[in-house]
Amino acid sequence: MDVAIVGIGIHPFGRTQGVTGLEQGVAAARMALDDCGLEWPDMQFAYGGTGAAEKPDTMVSKLGLTGLQFINVTNGCATGGSALQSAYMAIKSGMFDIGVAVGFDKHPRGAFTVDPEGSGLGKWYGDIGMALTPQFFGMKIQRYMHEFDISEETLARVAVKNFKNGSMNENAWRREAFGFDEVMQSPMVCAPLRKYMFCSPAEGGCAMILCRADKAKQYTKNPVYLKAAVVKTRNFGSFEVFSQNQALQRADSPTVQASRAAFEMAGLGPEDINVAQLQDTESGAEVMHMSENGFCKDGEQEEWLANGWTEIDGRLPVNTDGGCIANGEPIGASGLRQVYEIALQLRGGAGKRQVPDEPKVGYTHVYGAPGLSGVTILSR
Amino acid sequence: MSIADQVPIAEGLFTWPSNDPRLIGSKCNNCGVVTFPAQNSCPACSGFDTEPIELARRGTLWTYTIQCFLPNRPPYDGPETAETFQPFAVGYVELPDQTRVQTRIKTDDITKLKVGMELELVVEKYIERDGKDVVAYFFQPVDEL
Repeated sequence: MDVAIVGIGIHPFGRTQGVTGLEQGVAAARMALDDCGLEWPDMQFAYGGTGAAEKPDTMVSKLGLTGLQFINVTNGCATGGSALQSAYMAIKSGMFDIGVAVGFDKHPRGAFTVDPEGSGLGKWYGDIGMALTPQFFGMKIQRYMHEFDISEETLARVAVKNFKNGSMNENAWRREAFGFDEVMQSPMVCAPLRKYMFCSPAEGGCAMILCRADKAKQYTKNPVYLKAAVVKTRNFGSFEVFSQNQALQRADSPTVQASRAAFEMAGLGPEDINVAQLQDTESGAEVMHMSENGFCKDGEQEEWLANGWTEIDGRLPVNTDGGCIANGEPIGASGLRQVYEIALQLRGGAGKRQVPDEPKVGYTHVYGAPGLSGVTILSR
Repeated sequence: MSIADQVPIAEGLFTWPSNDPRLIGSKCNNCGVVTFPAQNSCPACSGFDTEPIELARRGTLWTYTIQCFLPNRPPYDGPETAETFQPFAVGYVELPDQTRVQTRIKTDDITKLKVGMELELVVEKYIERDGKDVVAYFFQPVDEL
């Protein structure tokens, strides 16, 4: 049974004082229902994701106590993506006809605070100042730059592009288009990554209504089909966040594994993708994820960014909504936001940031601690 | 303060008290994979037959970053305040034929760090707690020793 997305909804990302995370999720769910002319009692199941906000299943007290199967999902930065993957499987299995994947979050300001012991690490690891995700991002791109001759200018170009795209997105948090010099001169956070190259934990909500593909046209004129949805965790030897040690042997990252599996599932290849959302917790991640997802070879990003090939009018537009860099990262909603943007692009509804020539196939990729990736491939 | 009065930041991370401390890892008796800190199962082959080993003192810098902001407390519990904080280096040191260990890097000049440079283990005072020095492991560029 194929799976379609018939309704999409979003609550603006960023900081919304006086509105709880849960309320942002409820707003997104209502918008997704309105989008396809359905009501909450039509939902047979829900998967709800959050990392730091209220328990998603308590949404029913606002949306309606209908007795549906509601399962909460928490899976690091891939929480929202994992809620979607779960909803995909629920329909793919034939068990349900229609349901909702919803995610929201409301993180405090500043870098994510990590509980080392809760992550299977010693207390000492946090005590001496190593339990920080930005450090991992700095160390991973530092090694990558050393191996494949990527320049700091390329890192800055990614940030400039994503802020520019974010400035055209009414739901984005950061809507100021920073220039190249501003990014290059912003304070260092975790070398070689600077302040304006990083995303920040934030708030936001996102939801989508999924149904059996053969029923999709009952609810919408323009369904988007989920051709693949895959979640993979790390193999021994891949370089991941919060690793007290790393193996000498190298293995493909979970992103490489998830990407390959998704392309195989969809019967498509990287050359078929017209628009992509790639996890950009910071600009180094977007650079590395371009090759890990199969869109270019290691080192070619230098040429891609210099030539603007990932701009909205480029050969493969990447992070057309501004990505995490412009939207911030509420982990419950972030992966769903990527799918929301691709659905919008495939429907031709992305306004000022619409990718030209009617894109047919889109791609999303989310990466989370402590080493998992979620990939979806969507088509009209 | 004598070595005997210094307490390690965690038990089992490095040999202590010692004048020649070593990090303690574990080696899998089935597949030979080395991990740090020591653990009683193997992340590579899923086996349960491991034994503790002392890791090499010297290695090369595989990658690093400079931590430029004061980390959140908790979990951070270092001695600085927002006023006294100075950026510090963190990296992975590749120990030949063993593993790559994540470590704080002690250096007089964070601008001189380079992938591939040689570093050596040092165990030094990290912070004072309850009247005692708490010692932690660091790696330091060999040319600064």
